[in-house]
Amino acid sequence: MSEEHVPHHDSAIEHAGSRKDYVTGFVLAVLLTAIPFWLVMGHVFGHSDVTAAIIIGLAIVQIVIHMVYFLHMNTRAEGGWSLLALLFTTMLVVIALSGSLWVMYHLDHNMMPAGMPDAMPGATAMPDPRTMP
Amino acid sequence: MSRYYLTTEHHPENGTLLGFWLYLMSDCLVFACLFAVYAVLGRHYAGGPTGAELFDLPLVAVNTSLLLLSSITYGFAMLAMNGGRLRETLLWLAVTGMLGAGFIGLELHEFAHLVADGAGPQRSAFLSSFFTLVGTHGLHVTFGIVWLITLMMQLGRHGLTAANRRRVMCLSMFWHFLDVVWIGVFTVVYLLGVLP
Repeated sequence: MSEEHVPHHDSAIEHAGSRKDYVTGFVLAVLLTAIPFWLVMGHVFGHSDVTAAIIIGLAIVQIVIHMVYFLHMNTRAEGGWSLLALLFTTMLVVIALSGSLWVMYHLDHNMMPAGMPDAMPGATAMPDPRTMP
Repeated sequence: MSRYYLTTEHHPENGTLLGFWLYLMSDCLVFACLFAVYAVLGRHYAGGPTGAELFDLPLVAVNTSLLLLSSITYGFAMLAMNGGRLRETLLWLAVTGMLGAGFIGLELHEFAHLVADGAGPQRSAFLSSFFTLVGTHGLHVTFGIVWLITLMMQLGRHGLTAANRRRVMCLSMFWHFLDVVWIGVFTVVYLLGVLP
């Protein structure tokens, strides 16, 4: 790497945005953190489902904000390979999370004895194959 | 600022930074598994205390602010490093480390409080998965602080050499990555955990 470049223009640029980037990201992150805490602590919505959906949505937006403004994720960094690795990882994470929830929800459901909705704290034990759909 | 020349200029450092990014992605999978475990077991209280009874949201809010602030102070350290200002870099890194230490301190306080109240990891599946997930994140932050201190010593001794700059960049990714994981933790564990 040639030394005559001023430091700001060398390879660090892809991993350090401008001060404006950091401040913008920080302000957005503060907002996206404050809103979900306010929604939950202030009991803004009567329904848990509504609150849950909104705060999960806000968390996803905040993760993207952090990726863009703090981790400087873009299509050019490392010739696009970091973005490709990120997308692949995101796919695996989504499969792991949704798959676990889906399978274990049905497992719990099938293990639940009728009339004893709360009597099965160990409901994630091995399922009885005969009750599986 | 032109960016197109970076594809060639950038090449010599591709190895380390891309490799470190791949490590972070594998770490992301570790956390995904722990999140999946918590998502499945998070409401299995075994007759014990629930998240709504245990979690102190104001404390979590303070903790979240500390970690968020430490992200921007690390960003300022990166800017100072890119400007070639060693003392300012060290100063911002020190501030970042102290915010991280504050975060770990509050988390340990919370854990000690829970264990003292009989809500330790052995109490229920919910608490086992809680301590595993949040503890793993806390352990990462702790190692991040150890790395940060080591790096500050190296910067103090050798200055802003190419090797040290690369290390600061790797730690930057690590630190911001931990903040991203914390977004998941405060949303899924604490905020969703206290919802009725």
